[in-house]
Amino acid sequence: MAVLRDETREVASSQDVVAVRQLAREWAVSLGFSLIDQTKIVTAASELARNIVLYGGRGAVRIEALNDGARRGLRLTFQDQGPGIPNLEEAMRDGFSTGSGLGLGLGGAKRLSSEFDIQSRVGEGTKVTITRWK
Amino acid sequence: MERIPILRMGDCLLVTIQVDMHDRLAITLQDDIMEKISESRAKGLIVDISALEIVDSFIGRVLGDIAGMARILDTRTVVVGMRPAVAITLVELGLSLPGVITALNVERGLDLIRNTKNGTSGLDGRSEG
Repeated sequence: MAVLRDETREVASSQDVVAVRQLAREWAVSLGFSLIDQTKIVTAASELARNIVLYGGRGAVRIEALNDGARRGLRLTFQDQGPGIPNLEEAMRDGFSTGSGLGLGLGGAKRLSSEFDIQSRVGEGTKVTITRWK
Repeated sequence: MERIPILRMGDCLLVTIQVDMHDRLAITLQDDIMEKISESRAKGLIVDISALEIVDSFIGRVLGDIAGMARILDTRTVVVGMRPAVAITLVELGLSLPGVITALNVERGLDLIRNTKNGTSGLDGRSEG
């Protein structure tokens, strides 16, 4: 699998969440994703970027265009150095929220993606990776 | 400070969201709408989201809260113009906007509000009986 190009952006405020949405949209359009796929990618990106602002305080998103044989894909990695998530299983459940969200962020982002990975260490931070293949 | 305009149309208020709202702007809009409802005594509120490219869990919750707060102030809310891709994504995300009445466009939203006698239909988002 090859990374065709990538870009990294800081995420620290609700304005940054809007910027991440716009960035995800531009990349999804340029890779030729359908409107529904674009909408899913942008929505998942919005949830995960907001999680950084709400729970991690600050962090970054890396966006990568992937080429895997005949498939094209978009991978987004959301990383923060925040407090981390003590109980991942609980955090993935719908309706679980410790902040002002609805608790759909992680579970919802997973449902909207082809691949989903989360790694978190208490006191060190959280890294969520989503990939959507065309 | 940027603000989203709230227009008066007879006994209804019309809000057309034309920008990608950041979270604070969405909360400001919610507060502005409640303020406007209480000063105008509007019977209905139409929120036009046809320009919104996504509705995520936060915006979804704000829409639900607006409808819920307006209902307590005796104002009926109809959210209109949701794009099909947005609706599909919302459901997959796990949001079904309980208590939010939707219509295809502003015209149909107004019809819904004007043909409702208070408390005699499901327009308040609850089933009667």
